[in-house]
Amino acid sequence: MPIIEVRDLVKSYNGLEAVRGVSFEIEEGETFGFLGPNGAGKTTTISILCTLLSPTSGTAVVNGYDCMKDPKGVRSSIGLVFQEVTLDNELTAYENLKFHCYLYNMQRSVAEKRIDEMLEVVGLGPRRNDFVKGFSGGMKRRLEIARGLLHRPKVLFLDEPTLGLDPQTRSHVWHFIEELKKREGSTVFMTTHYMDEAEICDRIAIIDRGRIIDCRSPEELKSSLRGDTVYLETDDDQAALKELSEKLGLEARRIEGGGLALIVESGEKVIPRIFSGLSTGVRSVNLKRPSLDDVFLHLTGREIRDVEGSGTDRPVRGFRR
Amino acid sequence: MISFRAVYVIVLREFKRFFRQRGRLLTTIARPLLWLFIVGSGLTKIVEPGSKGSYMQFLLPGVVGMTILFSSIFSTISVVWDREFGFLREMLVAPVSRVTIVIGKLLSGTSLSIFQGMALLVVAPLVGLSVGAVKLVVMFFLIALVSFSLTAFGLFIAARLTSLEGFNVIMNFIVLPMFFLSGALYPVEALPGPLRWLTYINPLSYGVDSFKHVLLPEGARLGAEFSMTLDVAVVCAFAVVMTLLSAWAFERR
Repeated sequence: MPIIEVRDLVKSYNGLEAVRGVSFEIEEGETFGFLGPNGAGKTTTISILCTLLSPTSGTAVVNGYDCMKDPKGVRSSIGLVFQEVTLDNELTAYENLKFHCYLYNMQRSVAEKRIDEMLEVVGLGPRRNDFVKGFSGGMKRRLEIARGLLHRPKVLFLDEPTLGLDPQTRSHVWHFIEELKKREGSTVFMTTHYMDEAEICDRIAIIDRGRIIDCRSPEELKSSLRGDTVYLETDDDQAALKELSEKLGLEARRIEGGGLALIVESGEKVIPRIFSGLSTGVRSVNLKRPSLDDVFLHLTGREIRDVEGSGTDRPVRGFRR
Repeated sequence: MISFRAVYVIVLREFKRFFRQRGRLLTTIARPLLWLFIVGSGLTKIVEPGSKGSYMQFLLPGVVGMTILFSSIFSTISVVWDREFGFLREMLVAPVSRVTIVIGKLLSGTSLSIFQGMALLVVAPLVGLSVGAVKLVVMFFLIALVSFSLTAFGLFIAARLTSLEGFNVIMNFIVLPMFFLSGALYPVEALPGPLRWLTYINPLSYGVDSFKHVLLPEGARLGAEFSMTLDVAVVCAFAVVMTLLSAWAFERR
C-alpha cells in the first residue's frame, strides 16, 4: 500500500485554479520530488496533504488517514519543514525542540533522548542552549529539519527547504537531509525549483500551471531527451530557425527571451555543421549534456528560471526577519 | 480532546518570552508607576487642592485595571505575532485540537495579567492604602476574573487580525478608549451624558469598580459607584461571551 495516495486533487482560489487535477502515489521509503516554478501549485498541494488547506475536490490519503476526514491522524504521521522559518527566536534550540515534543505528546524521557540525538545529527549539539535569534540561516534550517523528525514521522515534508540560502549552505543542508534519510528511513516528499536538488529524488513529478506533466526517475527523465542540447544565440532567430530546418533538417525551438535550443543526439558533431551551414550570424554556441533543466524546458517550452524571474519572494524573504 | 501537555508548554513558552523581552518587562513595570505617581501627583493638585493623596488612592484600582487590560491585549497579540513569523503553523500542523491552542493562549494571557496586577499591589502602602491578607485573596480572584475576560476579548480580536499594523488601530480605537472610559481616572458620574453611557457599556468599568470596592477605604469621597454584585455579574457574563466568541473565531479559520 502506498504511503501517500492522491487522486484528482483540485484547489481553486476565487475561481482561479492553483491545482488542476493532480494524481500520484508515493511508496514507503521513497524520496519524491515536486519540481516546478513558483506558482506551479507545489505549496498548495503540500498544504492540502498537511491538512492546512482543504481541496476543492479530489482525495488525499497519508499513511492510511484521509486528509479531510482524519486530519489528526495525518498530523501525527507527518513532519514538516516549511518554506519560511517557523522557529521561535526568543527560545533556545533546545527549548524549540522541547516545545515540539510536548505538542506531539512525547514522553519526557523519550523526548530528552531524542532531542540530544537529533541535535547531534544536525551538528547543533554545542549550540543547544543558545537563542535561535543568533543562528545563521543554515543553522535555523538544520534545526527545523531536526524538529521535523523528532517525533519519528512516517513522512517528512520539505517545502523548498533551501529557499534563500547561499549555495554552500544549500549543499550542507542537503547533506544532512540525505544522512537523516539513511538513519531514519522515513519517506521524504520535497518541493524545489532547483534542478540539481531534485536529482537526489527517487522519482520526480514535474509540475507546471497546476498539472503534473511527467513523473519518472531523474535518469528516465533525462534519457527521455535522447541527447544533448545545443543553445544558439543568433542575429536573427526567425531566419536561423528556418535555415536549420530547411538546409540541415534540424528541428530547433525558440526560447522565451531570445535564442534557440536544439536537442540532438551528439552535440559535438552537429555544431560544426551548424557553423558551416548557416548564413545567419551565430553569436554564441553552448552545448549542454541533459540535465533536469532541459527536461523542464523540453516539457514546457520554458526554462524554470524564466518563470522564476518575476518571483519576488526570495530576496524579500531574506529581509523579513 | 484537550492535550494538557500542549497547554502546559504553550503557557511555559509565553512566560519565558515575557521574562526575556527586557523592554516589555520594563514597560509593564514603568507604565503603571508613571500614571500613578506622575499623572497622579499632578492631578491631585487640581482635583483637591490642599488635601494629600486621596486622588492617588482613587487612581490605584484604575491603574491595576489598566495594567491588566494592556497585559491581556498585548499577550494575545502574540497570536498575530506567531502568525506573522510562521510559528503559528508549527502549532496548527501538530496533532492537537484548535481548542487546545485557544486554552493555552487564554491561560497564558490570564496568568501573565494576574502576575502583573498582583505585583502592582506592592505600591499600595506608598499611596496610603493598607492591603491585608483577606483583601489580597479577594483581589486575586477579582483580578483573575477580569484578566480572563480581557484575554478572551483580546483573543477574539487577534483571531481576526492578520497583520501587526492592525495592532495600532486596536490600541487607539479599542484599548485606550476602554481605559479612559472605565472610571479609572475619574468617577463615572463626573462624565457628560454620552461619555457616561459609553462607560456603562464598557465591561472594564465594572472590573475597575470591583477593585475600588476592595481597595478604597469605606466612605471615601471618591469610591465605587456600582454594587459589587453587578460588577462581578457583568465581568462574568463578558468572560463567558468572549470565550465562546474566541473559540468560535479560531475554529472557523
